[in-house]
Amino acid sequence: MRFLKSISKIPPTALLGMVVVFAYIFVAAFAHWVAPYGQFQIVGDQYSGWSDKFLLGTDNLGRDMFSRIVYGARNTVGVALLITFLSFSVGCTFGIVAAIRGGWVDAVLSWAVDILMSIPQLIFAMLLLTILGTSLPVLITVVALLDSTRVFRLARSVARNLVVLDFVEAVQLRGEGFWWIARHELLPNMVAPLTAEFGIRFCFVFLFIAALSFLGIGVQPPTADWGSMIRDNATLITFGDITPVIPGLAIACLTIAVNFIVDWILGKTGGSRV
Amino acid sequence: MTDMAIRQDNLLTVRGLKIEARNAEGDWHEIVHGVDLDLKRGEVLGLIGESGAGKSTIGLAAMGFARPGCRISGGSILFDGIDLASASERTKRALRGARIAYVAQSAAAAFNPAQRLIDQYAEGPVRHGVQSRAVAYDDAKQLYRRMQMPEPDTIGFRYPHQVSGGQLQRAMTAMAMSCRPDLIIFDEPTTALDVTTQIEVLASIKDVVRQFGTAAIYITHDLAVVAQMADRIKVLRYGCDVEEAAASTMMSAPREEYTRSLWAVRHMEKPAAAPVEEAMPVLSVRNVTAAYGGRRKVLENVSLDVHRGRTVAVVGESGSGKSTLARVIAGLLPPVSGQVLMDGGVLAPAVANRSRQDRQRIQMIYQMADTALNPRQTVRNIVGRPMEFFLGISSAEATARVSRLLDMMELPADCANRLPSELSGGQKQRIGIARALAAEPQLVICDEVTSALDQLVAEGILKLLMRLQQEMKLSFLFITHEFATVEAIADDVVVMQHGKIVDQGTRQEVLHPPRADYTKALVAAVPQMNTGWLEQQLQGRS
Amino acid sequence: MNETKLSRGEGLGGALRLHPLLRMVLRRLGTGLMTLFVVSLIIFFGVSLLPGDFAQAMLGQGATPAAVASLRQHLGLNLPPSIRYVHWLGGMLQGDFGYSLAGTRISSILGERLFNTLFLAAYAAVISVPLAVLLGIIAALYRNSIVDRLINVVTLGAISFPEFFVAYILVLFFSVRLTLFPSLSQVSLGMPIWDRLYVCLLPALALTLVTMAHMMRMTRATIMDLLSTSYIETARLKGIAPWRIIVQHALPNALAPIINAIVINIAYMIVGVVLVEVVFVYPGLGQLLVDSVSKRDLPLVQAASMIFAAVFILLNLLADVLSIVTNPRLLHPR
Repeated sequence: MRFLKSISKIPPTALLGMVVVFAYIFVAAFAHWVAPYGQFQIVGDQYSGWSDKFLLGTDNLGRDMFSRIVYGARNTVGVALLITFLSFSVGCTFGIVAAIRGGWVDAVLSWAVDILMSIPQLIFAMLLLTILGTSLPVLITVVALLDSTRVFRLARSVARNLVVLDFVEAVQLRGEGFWWIARHELLPNMVAPLTAEFGIRFCFVFLFIAALSFLGIGVQPPTADWGSMIRDNATLITFGDITPVIPGLAIACLTIAVNFIVDWILGKTGGSRV
Repeated sequence: MTDMAIRQDNLLTVRGLKIEARNAEGDWHEIVHGVDLDLKRGEVLGLIGESGAGKSTIGLAAMGFARPGCRISGGSILFDGIDLASASERTKRALRGARIAYVAQSAAAAFNPAQRLIDQYAEGPVRHGVQSRAVAYDDAKQLYRRMQMPEPDTIGFRYPHQVSGGQLQRAMTAMAMSCRPDLIIFDEPTTALDVTTQIEVLASIKDVVRQFGTAAIYITHDLAVVAQMADRIKVLRYGCDVEEAAASTMMSAPREEYTRSLWAVRHMEKPAAAPVEEAMPVLSVRNVTAAYGGRRKVLENVSLDVHRGRTVAVVGESGSGKSTLARVIAGLLPPVSGQVLMDGGVLAPAVANRSRQDRQRIQMIYQMADTALNPRQTVRNIVGRPMEFFLGISSAEATARVSRLLDMMELPADCANRLPSELSGGQKQRIGIARALAAEPQLVICDEVTSALDQLVAEGILKLLMRLQQEMKLSFLFITHEFATVEAIADDVVVMQHGKIVDQGTRQEVLHPPRADYTKALVAAVPQMNTGWLEQQLQGRS
Repeated sequence: MNETKLSRGEGLGGALRLHPLLRMVLRRLGTGLMTLFVVSLIIFFGVSLLPGDFAQAMLGQGATPAAVASLRQHLGLNLPPSIRYVHWLGGMLQGDFGYSLAGTRISSILGERLFNTLFLAAYAAVISVPLAVLLGIIAALYRNSIVDRLINVVTLGAISFPEFFVAYILVLFFSVRLTLFPSLSQVSLGMPIWDRLYVCLLPALALTLVTMAHMMRMTRATIMDLLSTSYIETARLKGIAPWRIIVQHALPNALAPIINAIVINIAYMIVGVVLVEVVFVYPGLGQLLVDSVSKRDLPLVQAASMIFAAVFILLNLLADVLSIVTNPRLLHPR
């Protein structure tokens, strides 16, 4: 009963968001069962139309579109999640360090982040990927590092608002160590804004990876990835075929779903975002 | 309308007023439960009550206004024959500003930062078609002069942030007067001001209200203030009527026990302490000068002693440096020069360089219990951690000690497993005290610990502190701006102004009678409970 | 303002002291220039770290060692990196960006490309800014109404779409299905303005859709914050009409944050343009950057990145300066 009641309090948009997210997780986890063919397998002619055999037709090399979209869920979402986790660990750690230590530590970290953020993220990523190459580990590191600047900003500002409160001052007067303050005083009070931010960052990273792949410097072929699938099959669009935009739709649905959930969390905790 | 007789000469008649508010889940619940009000032309009604009494909500409802998240759900609000509870927005808009005006608590927030004061003054009269802009300007200057604002001819051309708090509050009152309304609602207009500023503003308000024969509803939590301003006083609690009487009757012979409790702290007076026995003070501040970020000095050459088992009260208005003094002693703000000594030993200026034992010996209690306790920790952990940290005892031992300490704080034992949000304001402040005592300190710095509390709760906290002091031979450095609190708890008094010590000594020496000129001015500005006090003060000056 | 200024500024010190506003603007300009400088360091030395010989890459593997050496000499590649940096920076300040991998002068390509990109961004801004601000104000005024909720859901959706997805959807509908607009935005220098506007409509729309949502949500949040302030309540209690409250009391104070939101989104547009340009094969700076990245034409990547970064930094600088100069507390100091 209580469970039902708590669900009825959730707005329909957020509920829909959760259902969609669970569906994606399911597809990603069981891709090898859901997909009729392998992601690298060439199974037919190039660009064949929708049929019983190939649900969404085949791509520019004759691979099954539907299977690649299913595997794309695992690859694209997996990479984006990994990057978001990395970016969060780095950004939060430095943000909290800056907030607690203050003084020159804060000044130096904030200055460095300001500089990194003053170069447009996409341009910076393109520059770095040109220099360092486009292997998957490089891609993950570069994007995570660039994105961690945003996490740093948020974590630092949330933590700073807490550090000035009397209860943290009382603990500092007691002489508790850095990790104790971070672990017991700050983090428990940062859960809500950080959860919402995780959703926002995930969406951003997800779109960003897709954009890089679309430009040809993200996830590299032959791995099935939604961004590069659009790029590879874009020619079909000029013939009025909607198949190439389906991976784009898959991206859009997931980000909308996550955004709906984030919106609900923010509304619940009285926060807001723009 | 109700069948109750409505007096013909009433300006405002409120019957059975009910107001609802929406909580976080979006459900409506009643916060004002059927209140009646009667106000004659030219009469001043005082509305008094503690936090949560619904005073401001009722005051705004008298204008037919409900803040976002509130709604008037029942009753009638009859203003000069018009029912504001059911009137159209247009009707209400025509009345607001023109015939009913409002003075907010924080004038600094209530003035538009992007407009000059005089333009905001003129907006009402011009929009309501009472005066032209030029006439309104002249009128404003005259009112500013009448209200004894400095440079009355030019002050209106300033922007709000260029004018001090006391002046802004007067400008706000002048603005409310601009259309010569029949009724003004004053919502705690002097609560945010220092006492010496407050008396000036009170005098100005009282003068203009009397001059124009304006009726007023004066909302405050301070009985002494309302006694000066109101003809009749109505006491509210939890959105219900408690009692109503003429001001003098209410002050001399309140019917309800609750009303009497509203000035609980004023009844307290600590018995004079025995003279100091030990030569060595627990805490000794020597010639301390301090500044924030190398700018203007906030403390200048401050010296004081706190002896074992005694309470030193530091009094002063905002900006006197009293809180900065606490920060210097605690090691949060290393002084520019001077020393802080504990039992004769010099303490490191910054808390980071102090030994664990030194940190243990000084503990702080804060003003706002809400921000002083971590909302995500149970009371057991909040109070238990200092024990584990300083005394090195096991977790089980700490749990046992916490429950003994909570018992000493007169708190129920099951408090230990609760979060701060599940406790009342007074209980939270007791947890704050328990946390300080858990470290077994010698000196406790109390920073305005009762200022945010209702009188009855404050009385309980003060009594608790005194009992603990006797039992544990504690020394208190008690920072406050209220003389009633000083009388209730202090053995020694330090009076501060602009970062310097004006006077210090035993309470008898400093306050009975006030020794320094500044102390005299401060004490004289504290409103007293008799209704004629403000007049006497003003007459005494001229 | 004059009254207070006179009474304040008459002292001897007053004449020498800078107006606080000017001081803040100068300080912000200083940090902006500093940022630009550090960014140029990052871009230059980041690329310099790369192994490989640029002269060799320009001439191809078949070139004689003597030819490579002489080209190295000619391009100044034998000089230490710090000297090369000074030359690079000095050249850029005079509009000389050096040579691309193909051996052409970068500055000769860059001008037109930059113009095309700025044109597209401006085009999109002209459509999206007024629309976003207006819708944002409407959403704030009728908050929690059906209109507001609808706008909220729609904009939330819009910020969730990848730029290239929006662009392709537009192509699919307006150029392939309805054949109203071309799917490729070919522009050239001497093109009549109407043709240019026609050809660029789809890319401009795509940009508009993705940035408008952000701008609108920021405007709505700003106005909502303002409407809950105490001085707006005061105005209500003075019996001022609602529309007048918005015009007289809310908007003057909302100006700074709204301007800020607009400029930040325009800065974002300058970057978002990269993806849209690729979809429409539009000859802008973004397309150039993407091409040179895939060819690993490092001098061009350096130059294009530097220009993108500079525009981005300058726009952010502008946003900050505008919000400083519209702050009444700084405009009318004590």
